[in-house]
Amino acid sequence: MNEIVPADKIADGGEAAACARAPIGMLCELTHRCPLQCPYCSNPLELDRVNTELSTEVWQDVMRQAADLGILQIHLSGGEPTVRKDLEDIVEVAAKVGLYTNLITAGVTLTRDRLKRLKDLGLDHVQLSIQDVDDANAEKISAYKNGLEKKRELGKWVREFDMPLTINAPIHRLNIENLPNIIEFAVEMGAGRIEVANIQYYAWALKNRAALMPTRAQVMRSAEIVEEAKQRLKGILVFDFVVPDYYAKTPKPCMGGWGKGIMNITPQGRVLPCHAAESIPGLEFDNVKDRRLADIWLNGQAFNMYRGTSWMKEPCRTCPRAEIDFGGCRCQAMAFTGDATNTDPACKFSPLHADFVAAAERESGVPNPPPFVYRRLGGAKTDAVVD
Amino acid sequence: MTGSLPPATARRTRTLISATSQPSLPPHIKLRHDAGRGRWHVLAPERVFEPDPIAVEILKRCDGVKTVQAIAEVMAAEYDAPLADITADIIAMLQDLADKGVVRA
Ligand code: SF4
Ligand code: SF4
Repeated sequence: MNEIVPADKIADGGEAAACARAPIGMLCELTHRCPLQCPYCSNPLELDRVNTELSTEVWQDVMRQAADLGILQIHLSGGEPTVRKDLEDIVEVAAKVGLYTNLITAGVTLTRDRLKRLKDLGLDHVQLSIQDVDDANAEKISAYKNGLEKKRELGKWVREFDMPLTINAPIHRLNIENLPNIIEFAVEMGAGRIEVANIQYYAWALKNRAALMPTRAQVMRSAEIVEEAKQRLKGILVFDFVVPDYYAKTPKPCMGGWGKGIMNITPQGRVLPCHAAESIPGLEFDNVKDRRLADIWLNGQAFNMYRGTSWMKEPCRTCPRAEIDFGGCRCQAMAFTGDATNTDPACKFSPLHADFVAAAERESGVPNPPPFVYRRLGGAKTDAVVD
Repeated sequence: MTGSLPPATARRTRTLISATSQPSLPPHIKLRHDAGRGRWHVLAPERVFEPDPIAVEILKRCDGVKTVQAIAEVMAAEYDAPLADITADIIAMLQDLADKGVVRA
């Protein structure tokens, strides 16, 4: 008795593929605007412009629809969600309809007053992303001055208001050696949880892969550091460790399975099965302005395209792990093999796996990595670099 | 590393559950009945747990006032099971949840 397991690990009954069940979570990218320019940002290379963003009313209606559909948690993200002046109005409705609200912020634009207001309106949780705990390096990664100092400030307010805090630390070549200090920073900030998230190489991160990829030895060492810290900090800090799949043998179940547990809404209102899905040709994305959320979830072409396992080719089709990892990531398969229905190259059974690993080993072994292509409007096209 | 860290008082300590603990769910953890799915969920940051019916009964009683001992007595009577076993089970379950940040005492 008494067993409690993460929801995504159970309850997939017989016809998981039919997927009549509602998503657990919804990622709301309120805006693509952000004062930082992290070269691994998960936003698309083509950023949505401010004048195309959804209105307050539409977002509020999306919150109501989400609760009706049975969504439990919403993640208010971006870009930087706090650059939207109406964040409070959206949070207010979300909390009212009973959604669990999580704010994902870089923490440089939020004031103490606003945080207090958000808390009073019912914001449940703050997730603060950090670039590094070394000021100069953080500045280099984000192309933003004094960001870390502002994050420390935010951390103090979060504690003052007794709000739960998660530190999200994207890990890559430029900060992986600092991992012990990053973990210590989370403890000192009073965080209850840390995400040690090795970069996933899509979007901007893929463009910057050669500048970001750590070596295999560094990754192995970081796994040991996390394992040791997990034991030492039991009951103090909960760890989520995202392993880099370039050095893995089998892929991660991307998004816990396509169209299975999560939906993602872009600043313009397009509803995606995963935030990188727009990189896959042939998918039709519905917009919340045109269609009800429940209808999109159940019947949308993009959601049904790779839901379950029936779309699979060999080697996934007959693989015993098909229902475990769902063939990995469609976007990575697309980016690396040119066909989204192929096996994720992170899988050792993929015919392209050796090339995939070789790319990581080659790039991470170069002593002087290339400069960053920073994340900014038009940045990917002009290849503008700042150093 | 440069710059000063926040005061060390921010550090949290591990919650240890015993028979005299008075467990509760922190405000950001929500035990919620989901009518659509016909089950209970525990909502935590970036996580959703699906407690089984007995766990739900225990969690509902974690009000920060009742002790583990008191909860165990009620459960032992209700499920007609030995008190010592039930107490041990509840402590183990709540300790596990405390380590996941879901329960405090
Ligand atoms: S990854 Fe960096 S640039 Fe992208 S939204 Fe987050 S803070 Fe902004
Ligand atoms: S072959 Fe496909 S299903 Fe099997 S482990 Fe690889 S990616 Fe997963």
